[in-house]
Amino acid sequence: MSGFLKSSIGRKIAMAISAFFLMVFILQHFAINILSVFNPDAFNEVSHFMGTNPLVQFVLQPVLIFGVVFHFLMGFVLEFKNRASRRVSYAVNNGNANSTWMSRNMIYSGGFILVFLVIHFIDFWIPELNIKYVTGDTSGLLADGSDYRYFEELQHKFVPLWRVILYCVGFIFLSLHLLHGFNSAFQSVGGNNKYTNSLKGFGKAYAVLIPLGFIVIALFHFFNNSH
Amino acid sequence: MKLTLKIWRQKNAKNKGKIVEYPIDGISPDMSFLEMLDVLNQKLITEGEEPVAFDHDCREGICGSCSLYINGEAHGPDRRVTTCQLHMRKFKDGDTIFIEPFRANAFPVIKDLIVDRSAFDRIQHAGGFISVNTSGNTQDGNAIPISKHAADEAMDAATCIGCGACVASCKNSSAMLFVGAKVSQYALLPQGQVEATDRVQNMVAQMDLEGFGNCTNTGACEVECPKGISLENIARMNRELIKANLKG
Repeated sequence: MSGFLKSSIGRKIAMAISAFFLMVFILQHFAINILSVFNPDAFNEVSHFMGTNPLVQFVLQPVLIFGVVFHFLMGFVLEFKNRASRRVSYAVNNGNANSTWMSRNMIYSGGFILVFLVIHFIDFWIPELNIKYVTGDTSGLLADGSDYRYFEELQHKFVPLWRVILYCVGFIFLSLHLLHGFNSAFQSVGGNNKYTNSLKGFGKAYAVLIPLGFIVIALFHFFNNSH
Repeated sequence: MKLTLKIWRQKNAKNKGKIVEYPIDGISPDMSFLEMLDVLNQKLITEGEEPVAFDHDCREGICGSCSLYINGEAHGPDRRVTTCQLHMRKFKDGDTIFIEPFRANAFPVIKDLIVDRSAFDRIQHAGGFISVNTSGNTQDGNAIPISKHAADEAMDAATCIGCGACVASCKNSSAMLFVGAKVSQYALLPQGQVEATDRVQNMVAQMDLEGFGNCTNTGACEVECPKGISLENIARMNRELIKANLKG
């Protein structure tokens, strides 16, 4: 495995596999979150299931954490190595003539997503771990026991305007990252031929619609709270 | 045409180079870019200065010798042409033109605009060939039935002239378009199957050894390639490598 990861193509393929995993995760995250707009009770039920199911908590969650950490670390390693492969840079380089801004700046869109993820973890994941595994409350109920706490916590988080703006900007960067990343991942695993052309359109749609959906959810709760 | 040229001058591989400005006049829009440099060099020689060193050979876009990074693009602003096929009508009177060598650690500058691209030769030596018995009873290649589609794709890959524009254009100095084309031209044909596993493994290993960067699929190489080599060749190389590693 270490030999495979030392090869340039091996690293590409490993990045692509972790990207596929994260894209599937983002899709399921969105599917759960959109429930909070249409059906808060269903959102509560699913959140409680995801938060307490041993398979999700102790198998899928560690795999997810590994996938996230691997994708970021490998991204930084590749960027460092790639920059080092051209010691003397060009006096004039017209990158816009041959490639998209998104494709050349994955490190910046990825870097902002990392900052966003840290804030997101502090907002939701760490308090969740604290409630369940430090204080030992796995009931998922509000203090008065009247209902599940997940929907109310979500609404509460999207009261401050600064957080809503920060999340929206985070999702815009996620979209920019995916606009290159989705099709790049398929190319890396060898998926570029006449049969995969339709994937390119699907990739662009995924890269725009899923982050846009997350923005709609954040804005929905912000405006819902303020009225 | 009256132009201002800003050209990278570097005495030798060890010397630190710099951009030097040369005003030039009387350039015809019908001249090729290399003819314009010939005019400059004639002027420099007349004035007792060292002429600008640059690579060239066939001057008809098939040898892969000429290079040059012109105004921030490999082989200049035109598409599907090498520098020798680029004409001055692509520029405007009064323009300032930056001319730099192809840059990558794996392509060290030898002098001025000439870089050492022998890394590509070593990658070819590592596996870019098929072994054929040349005892006198060699089978005619045309006797082997090959589908038109495969033959066309192999020919498209084989049109790579190994100029290195892909490396020069890539923000990561990756050579994967070149190696992808060289792997593909054999992988698509029956003659290439016998050594397919070793070929892709050895060529990729040599590519990594030469210090080229990792491909991040920006697609700049495909756009700047004077022969229009497709990114599909990189995907095919990746598939070939996965297949080879699974075989062991």
